[in-house]
Amino acid sequence: MVARIGLTSFGGGVSGWMMRVVVHEKRWMTEAEFLTGLALCQVFPGINVLNLAIWLGHKLHGGKGALAGALAMLVPPGIVLLLLALVFTDLTQYGWVSRALDGVAAAAIGLGAQMGVRAAQRAATALLPIVIMVATFVAIGLLRWPLVPVVLVMAPLGIALAAWRERRNAA
Amino acid sequence: MRPDRLLALLLVFAPLSLLTIGGGQSAISEYHRQVVAQYHWISEQLFLYDFAISRLAPGPGSLLVTLIGWQVAGWPGALVASIAIFLPSSILLYGLAKVWARYHGRPFLRAIERGLAPVAAGLILSASLTLLEASRGGWLAWVVAAGSTLALILTRVSPFMVIGVGALIFLATT
Repeated sequence: MVARIGLTSFGGGVSGWMMRVVVHEKRWMTEAEFLTGLALCQVFPGINVLNLAIWLGHKLHGGKGALAGALAMLVPPGIVLLLLALVFTDLTQYGWVSRALDGVAAAAIGLGAQMGVRAAQRAATALLPIVIMVATFVAIGLLRWPLVPVVLVMAPLGIALAAWRERRNAA
Repeated sequence: MRPDRLLALLLVFAPLSLLTIGGGQSAISEYHRQVVAQYHWISEQLFLYDFAISRLAPGPGSLLVTLIGWQVAGWPGALVASIAIFLPSSILLYGLAKVWARYHGRPFLRAIERGLAPVAAGLILSASLTLLEASRGGWLAWVVAAGSTLALILTRVSPFMVIGVGALIFLATT
């Protein structure tokens, strides 16, 4: 099942579709259960859809299920991707193919930017989160600093700040 | 086979596995910095092609790392790079999945989620900038990227459609 989703999922929107299959068609779990898992996959590091496949596999069939979910999400699409790359690498000697790929890249950059804009809208809840967001963008995007130290500073800072705000709001 | 390259692939991607917050898109600037600027494993142009092809192919966009590993060190490289980027975060998630039901909704988890959100947003936006700077399309790339961003935000057009139109616009303006 997950293999089918892995192979037929393009450019995002996978989690919504997974929910439809798992919750509404197959009735393997309730929507609330699914959303709980989705939250886990989005909070913690890793590729969200891969995390989701592992979590679903674990939920349905334990350790073996988790492994099956991960492999199904990665191996078939991975092989397709490498075969596709084999073909395209040969074809890029034709000017129009490389031109078309430049166009694909430009449009796909917009796809990522759209995700970025939405993430920014959700994150921009107050001045300090905006400062953290802009600082991260300046460090990684403009100054091209290494990601590891930047995230190791910004992530704890962001979390501490959010924790402090939660407590202040609770008080 | 190049054992030194396999080790380097492992050392580049494994730490990023646990720092990829907000999904695979957020580490693209770092892939570019390491693979193109630092190690010169692949050219700027090939990096952009890889990005484009990984968006055309089905499955998680982060398979870009598998493709890079393959170009750097063949099939062993693809395997090592994939393990490095996917395994650490998967093990962490698997461990957490077992205890998650107990902690879901607790305030400290909300703090983690809200605290990481602005960092993730900054990283994802950085990816767009890095890729635009790598692009050879010049002003047209910026226009198409901006147009596709707006189309996806304002309408319910499918991402696949947007990508097809992007390719056609570039072909039409050759």
